[in-house]
Amino acid sequence: MEIILSIAIGVMTSCGVWLILRPRTYQVIIGLSLLSYAVNLFIFSTGGVKTNVPPILGEGASSSMLADPVPQALVLTAIVIGFATTALFLVVLLASRGLTGTDHVDGRGDKR
Amino acid sequence: MNGWSHHLIIAPVLIPLAAAAILLFIDERRRVAKAMVSLVSTMLLLAVAFILFEIESGPNSFEGVYLLGNWAAPFGIVLVLDGLSALMLLLTAIVGFAALVYSLARWHAMGAHFHSMFQLLLMGVNGALLTGDLFNLFVFFEVMLAASYGLLLHGSGPLRVKAGMHYIAVNLAAALLFLIGVSLIYGTAGTLNMADLAARIPDMEADRRMLMEAGAGVLGIAFLIKAGMWPLCFWLPTAYSAASAPVAGVFAILSKLGIYVILRLTMLLFDNGPSAGFGSTVLLYGGMATLIFGTIGVLASQALGRLAGFSVLVSSGTLLMVLGINDGAVSSGALLYLVSSTLTISAFFMLIELVERSQDAGANVLAVTMEAYGDADEDEPEEGEGVTMPGTMAILGTCFAMCGILLSGLPPLSGFIAKFAMLSAMMGTGAIGVPPTAAVWALIILVILSGVAALISMTRVGIRTFWTSLEGVVPRVLVIEIVPVMFLLALTLFLTVQANAAMQYMDTTIRSLSTPSLYIDAVRNAIVVPGVDSELGGGDH
Repeated sequence: MEIILSIAIGVMTSCGVWLILRPRTYQVIIGLSLLSYAVNLFIFSTGGVKTNVPPILGEGASSSMLADPVPQALVLTAIVIGFATTALFLVVLLASRGLTGTDHVDGRGDKR
Repeated sequence: MNGWSHHLIIAPVLIPLAAAAILLFIDERRRVAKAMVSLVSTMLLLAVAFILFEIESGPNSFEGVYLLGNWAAPFGIVLVLDGLSALMLLLTAIVGFAALVYSLARWHAMGAHFHSMFQLLLMGVNGALLTGDLFNLFVFFEVMLAASYGLLLHGSGPLRVKAGMHYIAVNLAAALLFLIGVSLIYGTAGTLNMADLAARIPDMEADRRMLMEAGAGVLGIAFLIKAGMWPLCFWLPTAYSAASAPVAGVFAILSKLGIYVILRLTMLLFDNGPSAGFGSTVLLYGGMATLIFGTIGVLASQALGRLAGFSVLVSSGTLLMVLGINDGAVSSGALLYLVSSTLTISAFFMLIELVERSQDAGANVLAVTMEAYGDADEDEPEEGEGVTMPGTMAILGTCFAMCGILLSGLPPLSGFIAKFAMLSAMMGTGAIGVPPTAAVWALIILVILSGVAALISMTRVGIRTFWTSLEGVVPRVLVIEIVPVMFLLALTLFLTVQANAAMQYMDTTIRSLSTPSLYIDAVRNAIVVPGVDSELGGGDH
């Protein structure tokens, strides 16, 4: 389980980093989205990877039978904020496309 | 601090939030109503910040801890008020107030929702200053950043959209680094509460400590991007010079927020134990590189906006270096420098727009370099209505000269006093009778050289603008545009006159910061209000 999770995070991070270094705005935004997915999975994994255990402390529950609820709360916040800022970036990207007529990040690439 | 005044700690977050929400309901065409709500909120904020500052600077100052949702310290989120955050709150309120008044002349009508975003920006900054929880810090940072994205684009135009796109991309990446850092720290230390974290770090096991330090390093990069440390700063001069004047004026506080968080976290978390002094080498040499880069930039700038942008880097570089030295006396001088340089740069950004109004866009800039900045075909805002300032050129010239004196750190203004306090403390670092190390000498030389560079640049630009101006057109400047600039500059004058009291406050602040147990105990011993069911409050992130 840990191996699969870490490979997934690694693959998404490397794709994301490569994409945000590309010159087209669309590639940058996809790169940022991939990076934020990777980061969200990473946050989720910091509480320890466990399957089939609830994050609720009940009567007589031991810590081995308990998932850490804090990363789950954190990842929710991170997802919401990441989603909002990506949407905002998308608007700026469209405005830039409209104003410069190109989707190059510097607004001065070859016009196709 | 008890009773009603205790609840004042949360007011700097609630007031702008409420104002921003109210502003959304007012139609965009009712500009006067919007401006009034925004102005009232900012004035309230100024009053609250002043009261909190008064409490903290009084004889029996202590750390005010506010338990959100009435949950005890490590479990719920806390807001903490101490000398440093009270000072920064007051500075934010002052700069915000000046920028808002300035914007009322005409900038606030240049696009939708200016006032809402402005209030949300203030809320984000105030929250980030007050919070005592790492993840909550992230949330407030994001509130501030989201508002700043909108504000940077305010007024639109190709130049702003391009600079805004770079700014947003850089800050989104920085936010992801912030998250990685926070989650690494949580994964290793098991807490997000800063005070609890500071108490746990000295007795951490070695293998966990390594991961925790990696997390702290990643977290630090996120703040250093905000503060503009070289080589993470190339976005900053472009973004700040593209922003409209009042927005750039209030952005002056944002880079200082990065410095504030670094100061707070290094002094709190890495005070003693095996991790003591973590990252100070990076801050020292990174600060030096930033200062050198900023100085070269100041000398090379042809447009005033970029000159101001590079001045932000010079001030960040100086502060980062000083944090790297990690010496009490130097740090208190640096706090005074922080206040003085924020006021100066904020005033300077707003002044630039007034000075440049008489000239063609880029008249002072070589045609070749103008092309590199992109086309200057942005629409100028229409002339505002109101009383114009008499003796415009004399007042603009005086303000410009004051900015030059402050930026280069010449006597008699507060820039000189702050630099003098820092340099004389640097001379005295180390044991008595032992001369300062080579790194400190390099610092002293760099700080002095950066002052000379600022002086050369400001003189050159001043001569070109005020003495050899070809057009000879006097810009039409309204009273409410020049008064905020004069207000900020008058405050630096006040800081000069009251330098002794100011330095005493800074000394006390740094002394309490260098005793992290004060902060830790205050947060840990904060008492839950009895008789209130904390289940109702909820302390979720």
